[in-house]
Amino acid sequence: MDAFQFSRATTVSQAVQSGSGSQTSQQGADVRFVAGGTTLIDLMKLRVERPRIVVDINGLPLDKVEPTPSGGLAVGALVRNADLAQHPTVKQSYTVLSEALLSGASPQLRNMATTGGNLLQRTRCVYFRDTAHACNKREPGTGCSAIDGHNRMLAILGTSAECIATNPSDMNVALTALEATIQIQGVKGPRSVPIHDFFLLPGSTPQRENVLEPGDLITGVTLPPPVPGTRSLYLKLRDRAAYEFALASAAIVIKAPGGRVEYARVALGGVGTRPWRSLEAEKALVGRPASPASFRHAAEMALKDAHPHSENGFKVELAKRCIVRALTTATV
Amino acid sequence: MDFTELIEMIESSPSGQANSAPKSAGDKKPEPPSAIIGSSISRVDGPLKTTGTARYASDYHLPRMVYAVPVCATISNGVILSLDTSKAESMPGVLHVMRHENIAPLFRTSPGGARSGRTSESRPPLDDNSVYYWGQYVALAVAETFQQAQSAAEAVKVTYQSSKPNVSTKLDETIPATGQPGGPHVESTRGKPQEAFDAAPIKLDATYVTPAETHNPMEMHATVADWQHSETGGDKVILYESSQGIVNHANVMAQHLGIPRENVQIVSKFIGSGFGCKLFPWPHSALAATASRKLGRPVKLTLSRKMMFSNVGHRPLTQQRMRLATDSQGKLVSLQQDYRNHTSHVDDIRENCGEATPFLYSVPNLQVTSALMKRNVGTPTPMRGPGAVPGLFALESAVDELAIQLKMDPVQFRLNHDTLIDEEKNKPFSSRHLKECLELGCDKFGWSKRTPAVGSMRKGDLILGWGVACASWGAGRGNSEAVVALRADGTARVSSGTQDPGTGTYTVVAQILSDKTGIPTDRIEVVLGDSSLVPGPMSGGSTATASVIPSVAEAARQAIQAVCVNAVRARTSPFFGKDPTTLAMTNGRIHAKGDKPETGTPFQDILRMASVAAAVGEGKTGPAASENKAAADHSMHSFGAQFVEVEWDPGIARLRVSRVVSVVDGGRILNKKTATNQMAGAVVMGVGMGLFEETIYDPRNGHAVNDNFADYIVPTIADMPQIDVHFLDIPDPFIGEYGARGIGEIGLAGVAPAITAAVYHATGVRVRQLPVRIEDLLTTA
Repeated sequence: MDAFQFSRATTVSQAVQSGSGSQTSQQGADVRFVAGGTTLIDLMKLRVERPRIVVDINGLPLDKVEPTPSGGLAVGALVRNADLAQHPTVKQSYTVLSEALLSGASPQLRNMATTGGNLLQRTRCVYFRDTAHACNKREPGTGCSAIDGHNRMLAILGTSAECIATNPSDMNVALTALEATIQIQGVKGPRSVPIHDFFLLPGSTPQRENVLEPGDLITGVTLPPPVPGTRSLYLKLRDRAAYEFALASAAIVIKAPGGRVEYARVALGGVGTRPWRSLEAEKALVGRPASPASFRHAAEMALKDAHPHSENGFKVELAKRCIVRALTTATV
Repeated sequence: MDFTELIEMIESSPSGQANSAPKSAGDKKPEPPSAIIGSSISRVDGPLKTTGTARYASDYHLPRMVYAVPVCATISNGVILSLDTSKAESMPGVLHVMRHENIAPLFRTSPGGARSGRTSESRPPLDDNSVYYWGQYVALAVAETFQQAQSAAEAVKVTYQSSKPNVSTKLDETIPATGQPGGPHVESTRGKPQEAFDAAPIKLDATYVTPAETHNPMEMHATVADWQHSETGGDKVILYESSQGIVNHANVMAQHLGIPRENVQIVSKFIGSGFGCKLFPWPHSALAATASRKLGRPVKLTLSRKMMFSNVGHRPLTQQRMRLATDSQGKLVSLQQDYRNHTSHVDDIRENCGEATPFLYSVPNLQVTSALMKRNVGTPTPMRGPGAVPGLFALESAVDELAIQLKMDPVQFRLNHDTLIDEEKNKPFSSRHLKECLELGCDKFGWSKRTPAVGSMRKGDLILGWGVACASWGAGRGNSEAVVALRADGTARVSSGTQDPGTGTYTVVAQILSDKTGIPTDRIEVVLGDSSLVPGPMSGGSTATASVIPSVAEAARQAIQAVCVNAVRARTSPFFGKDPTTLAMTNGRIHAKGDKPETGTPFQDILRMASVAAAVGEGKTGPAASENKAAADHSMHSFGAQFVEVEWDPGIARLRVSRVVSVVDGGRILNKKTATNQMAGAVVMGVGMGLFEETIYDPRNGHAVNDNFADYIVPTIADMPQIDVHFLDIPDPFIGEYGARGIGEIGLAGVAPAITAAVYHATGVRVRQLPVRIEDLLTTA
């Protein structure tokens, strides 16, 4: 870990001011906000992140979960994953989010990790995390070690010739299925970004993972009102039973009265370079019977553009089975 | 160094010499032990551990101590072209950057001779500018604080000339024929295995692969070196270590450093487990010692988890071709095992995969051969059940496949080939109850309810798979010394230069002394983990318990005799003037033989009457045959049977091990609680071996890319099956008076092949290359 300056922000505007001095808010930022620290401190120890200045935002008043006037839920950026997962409204009305949070990491990590931090969780690609190897995400232009390397855990959707790193978050997948909105305070004031627009595909700039600019601080996440009559769930498949990232996961929000699908949101984890909303699967479901055949068809649609590499071809079938099982469980 | 037989090495260890005469087979049997033997007492050192007061190697904080952080190579084959330390040396707090050019000489260990010792990596650290494996130490930064040392290590700039490494997991290169130089070495042979195989009607010819595995004890290796310069010569160094073999460690370090053995002291009071990777010293120990020598200050060097994957050994990759054949009745007529394992470029380490093959089953024609393949990896080292565990994966998988081919129950097939004669050595087993293990296991597991067809058993929506495999591990006993002091305050102290790797050695030593003296364990002080004590055994190969307890028992007898002599000499003693051989000690009291113990006098009263502080006894014991000549005429092994249930959800390709019954014939069990704990832990390790563990070397550069606990996965609590451990608890009549064989390894043996057998039963997929992965099973509906 390199030496750095440490300060504590007492107001959001002070934090934004501090962050605005960074040349980027993406990989290589020289100013970083720290909340739970579960990603940042880890990467600093590995010298993947080497900020000059670290601003502690834990003192900011962003730790509330409150209903919105329209019947949704506003979640502060500093709400801990453990608290959010156990929040009565989340458990009852946004089950998929509670389940996704509880499937991630370990209790110790969930006690520390925050909503805002989880949105910015970095990939577990082994080459990104080790400075001995070339990585376009960590050091643009050096090449991708993963494409011809150990890529079993890596993405099959949204990849590019420059990067196949997976977005590792479970929470993000649930938020995607729930169509959450990210609240950001920037130098020019506050703005709201739908989660679908928040994350960027790697393309030729894998070092850019989201739309944040220098000074931008995530202040919270807003969930729309629950869609009446829907059921939601999160299914995560992995090698061991706990404390591991997904090989494939599915977040489902679905409404199928009388055995016919009226509403469906399908998002995938563990397979995409970003939390993967499958509009194709949703389109294939709505108006169709809630049957094994249409679920399998939707799964085929979701994976039709999959581009596997040397070790992760199995994820294509695994993700399909994950979708089918999740849809089946949510509609019985 | 060609390292093959761990137990043979331990039994031939030069430390200690028996002082108890060998008994002939006609000697009368010792008194049965007291109730404390076999009881489930908790670890005597438990409170120290649960309160955080137990001091592990890196817990030592010495005055003026400084910190060392290694620089690790980022190639795995090549030479260092330049190593620029100028920036690092100018950083705050940096005291020294050690490299090949400026390191004080470190010597190789000399083979043979007294106190020769065994090191792990024969090449001393920083010996030249060659790099043989990724992560190899190329420099060492020493600074006032850990952070300064770490920053300095990161600031060292190294350039390399890199050659293409070879870390291939295919061990298929062409080598000379069996018996030719460089060709496979014949480990065991009898009959005409090839002819019998060729002529047999029913055959199996399959190759099994076990991956490189990394030990990963919870406590990382650490050395705190305290070099004490002496004006008059005779420098001394104390090394606080995490070592499974302090006596060997001292022997080795004396040679590496070129100083007399008595000037090296190894302290290893508590060990956060080792599983074999702490048996022999690794290069960081010599680096820390030589840095302390250079700077005249204590030096702490703690490995990172990342370094644990490259610098302190691993279980090597094995590739084993198994050829088995039966006659038309299903009787085994030929068994051949031709295995290869990878090793490093600096050491020849044979993973003894044929450990159990020659004697586990009755078969007239047999051959085991081995060959080594050089790879750009660190030197392999024994990992729990070295050789036998990967070897039994191959053998027991092949037996399961053959039984299925014969449409025979796999338990019945094994029972049909049980034997009480070791057909390799042509000697009877000292105590073999493999049949009883299988029978008890069948009963506890409910094996009779098994239906053999693939996928035929269900639990709700899940498919169940049931599998079985046998286990074996050699029983060994080596030299050991111990000192027992019975003290005038009514307490006792027992000391030996062995160590407790976390398994319960402190506790069983206390139990033995309590058994011999009647002194309760809470009044017994056990002192281990210091090489300045009389030499005790290494904690390896499941031999420590069997080795140390005879010396403790002998020392206790000698100490009791000393109390009796005091009892007849002290004028105020009720036994004054009597013949000391007419006295005995029971429940802490000295009494006339034949009298009730309650009529006697507490030993501490006798000692006070004699005005002595303590009555001291010393025990020096050796291999089993040094006590009982008949032991040499027997083949000593532990046996076991593992029964595994898996739950298989084909819809989402989810496989979990749900239930394990583990039955072990390990001789007498001294402490059921610590023994059960070891067995259950081994089952969990077996789940890891079966389903998760593999050290993955990137073929382009030789880096073990999954060198952390997120990417090298081991079972979590949520992966833990229901574990049911049973011991036959039958004393081995030849290993020593307690009949205890040691159980460190055997619990792991057989778990992985029982898992893959269960996986086949559930899914129809035979996995011959560990670990079982989702992608292996995804093809099935």
